[in-house]
Amino acid sequence: MEILYILVPIALIFVFIAIKVLFWAINNGQYDDLNTEAHRILFDEQKKTNDSSPGKDSDKPQK
Amino acid sequence: MNQAQSQPCYHCGLPVADPNEYTATLDEQARSFCCPGCQAVAQAIHGSGLASFYQFRSELNLKPDTEIQKLNFEAYDLPELQKEFVFPADGESENLVQAQLLVEGITCAACVWLIEHRLQTLDGIERVSVNAATERLSIRWHKDKIRMSEILSAVFDIGYKLTPANEDQAQEKRQKEDRLSLMRLGVAGFGMMQVGMVAVALYTGASEQWMIYWRWVSLIIATPVVLFSARPFFNAAIRALRQKHLVMDVPVSIAIGFAYTASIWATLSASGEVYFDSVSMFTFFLLLGRYLEMRARHNNSLGNSKFAQLLPLTATLVRKGTNGESQTTVAQKSLKIGDIVAVGTGESVPCDGVIEDGETLIDESLLTGESSPVKKSVRDSVVAGSVNMESTVKIKVTAIGQQTRLSAIERLVESASLNKPYQIALADKLASYFVGAVLLFSVLIGGFWLWHEPSEALWIVLSVLVVTCPCALSLATPAAHAAALSRLRGAGLLVLNSDCLAALAKVDQVAFDKTGTLTVGKPQVVEYKSLNSLPEEEGLAIIAALEMGSSHPIAAAFQQWQGNKTARDVKNTIGSGVSGTIDTRQYRFGKAEFASETDKVLPAPSSGQWLLLSCESEPVAWVKLDDKLRESAKESVELFRERKMGVELISGDASDTVEKMAQALGINEYRAGCLPDEKLDIIQKHQDKQKVVMMVGDGINDVPVLSGADVSVAMSQATDLAQTRADCILLNADLTILYKAIVFAKRLRKTVKQNLTWALAYNGLALPLAALGYIPPWAAAIGMSLSSLIVVINALRLSRSELTAA
Repeated sequence: MEILYILVPIALIFVFIAIKVLFWAINNGQYDDLNTEAHRILFDEQKKTNDSSPGKDSDKPQK
Repeated sequence: MNQAQSQPCYHCGLPVADPNEYTATLDEQARSFCCPGCQAVAQAIHGSGLASFYQFRSELNLKPDTEIQKLNFEAYDLPELQKEFVFPADGESENLVQAQLLVEGITCAACVWLIEHRLQTLDGIERVSVNAATERLSIRWHKDKIRMSEILSAVFDIGYKLTPANEDQAQEKRQKEDRLSLMRLGVAGFGMMQVGMVAVALYTGASEQWMIYWRWVSLIIATPVVLFSARPFFNAAIRALRQKHLVMDVPVSIAIGFAYTASIWATLSASGEVYFDSVSMFTFFLLLGRYLEMRARHNNSLGNSKFAQLLPLTATLVRKGTNGESQTTVAQKSLKIGDIVAVGTGESVPCDGVIEDGETLIDESLLTGESSPVKKSVRDSVVAGSVNMESTVKIKVTAIGQQTRLSAIERLVESASLNKPYQIALADKLASYFVGAVLLFSVLIGGFWLWHEPSEALWIVLSVLVVTCPCALSLATPAAHAAALSRLRGAGLLVLNSDCLAALAKVDQVAFDKTGTLTVGKPQVVEYKSLNSLPEEEGLAIIAALEMGSSHPIAAAFQQWQGNKTARDVKNTIGSGVSGTIDTRQYRFGKAEFASETDKVLPAPSSGQWLLLSCESEPVAWVKLDDKLRESAKESVELFRERKMGVELISGDASDTVEKMAQALGINEYRAGCLPDEKLDIIQKHQDKQKVVMMVGDGINDVPVLSGADVSVAMSQATDLAQTRADCILLNADLTILYKAIVFAKRLRKTVKQNLTWALAYNGLALPLAALGYIPPWAAAIGMSLSSLIVVINALRLSRSELTAA
């Protein structure tokens, strides 16, 4: 069981890293607007197929 | 084109009058639009390659505001204006700047996508992100590559309006608070789980050597939880103690602080018990409740509306030179007394002043609450923040900044909210007795055990404190409040400030505003009298077509008949009416003398606001417009009167309709023509007589009185400013909810009392047992959780109960 003397501190380091990552995410504004972000992923997926070439001509039919 | 006939406008979904009038071929399909505004916006969206927006959107767009099309975006390039809201971004280039802007017109998440993608295609934009919840756009750009006005007009072209979000400290503070409490919650959550895991090892019986090791591990994890996450409790407790009163945070802090230090002592001396797990869990759950409450409070994006936003950022300064007049756009803040400014149609007046030249209608609802505009001509005074409805006038500045009437109202709001009576929450009152008793008891017990058995004293005192941990007591009120808030929201009353629930139960005087509160607030068609055979539906459709492009409040009354006809050559005559051609016939609608085009004016059928429709100078029909009472108004007033509560009507409207309405509703007390400060005075007189006053209002002129009332309710169509300052918002127009809410608040108070009684009874029972040393830590923990659970379940009964008037 002596291995716990090493494993538990390592686990604590992991916890520390997890909290650091959480703080970074919060300060980066990741949690500021939960509603929009949930939709954004859907938009971007469609965008690739629909208007891969943004520009003046894309309201013309794309065939 | 036939298939487009029945289709609504492609952009905003409103009915299309003539499917051939405004069309565009987009993606090979012919689309019809209701107005040139929608047409231009849809073309701009397609033109920028963002057509998929129309597939993404989950809500229809708002109709773009064509009235303000002539907005002077170039004004935003003025450096003196930009220094208010454009700041250098920290980057390598000094041309890189950033700004926060408010976006008007966001209806769903797809709008965010549209705006972001439109702006990202522009050259010189570094980064752009839109937050749909707060309706804010934050943007970074190179000011040498693109001008501010180009950004604004690009967004305007796709149907949204940007306004600078200056005076932004409140929003920034809110965001900081939001983020910080999420961090505290995160740390407490991680800590709780880790310590909980270690606690299993401790409880299942670790050997001596391992026990010390596990205690050290949990000490390390629990330390950030106590020092970082639990900090708000300590701060609040210290603040309360400084002001010499005891609140719930005091026993919470004592429990956390004492259990933590005692556990450290136990770890260092390898004796007694450690409570790191209880401390972390307790902190986490309390923080969770507070976080959810705060999130709900911050979520309504109203919090950022301010008086200053009623004023335009720029003004058109008129300079009289040797060779005639010249007009320049300057920042509103640079105006000086004595300057002459020109105020165009639809613009807000930037300062207090006197009209020098011209004649117009001015919407002064900010002083009176009345939506119908007032006629103003030379030498009449105008107030900053009021809206010019009809024609351009020149105004001589008499007061600016702090001297304006608007700032006076603002100061009134501040002083009113400072004087607002505060109903001390029951739990906080109890807490002071409770804390005092527990502390006294602990000292007595500690003294006894010191004398009797000194080695046990610390641990007995600690278990007394943990067992009497105010968990149930501190949850009793918030849990019941949370349940009540969700129930009231379901019924149509959004409570923004849960402190008002205590006052709500004691309300015995209700004051209503008239326009927009007891009435719908907009003129409505109440009667139609045909003078020849023209059927009502057709007559109203003709008027609707004539009024379609008008921003006058009367036009809105006919909105529901829009769509069947279109008028050409529409002409607006100020203060008289409109004329136009429909199906080759010339129609006129407005005041009788205007419509009949003769001096021999037809007498109106009865009193009230009658308007005449004429066709080729022949009178066709009379239409009566009036502000309608809300359907629930009478019933609501009766409910209050039956229960012997005082009901009062306080209106800014000076007309005799106030008296008539009061009589119709059976209200004995009424006041007409009240300015904002007089309204506040009336309320404060009641408060001096120890009455608890509820105020229901909607306008900017109601804002001071809403801030001063014990409970304030704003209607859902109320101005943003009124909603920000109110305790509750009535989401549907049902005024009877107000009485039901009072009844419900009384029931809530009963539930809170039950909860508190239970919490105290549990503590009273556990305390002697703990004092005698009979309660092991695990039993204390179970007892604590159980008592909290019962409190929460009891509170949840509230969210399921019906709202009744009985």
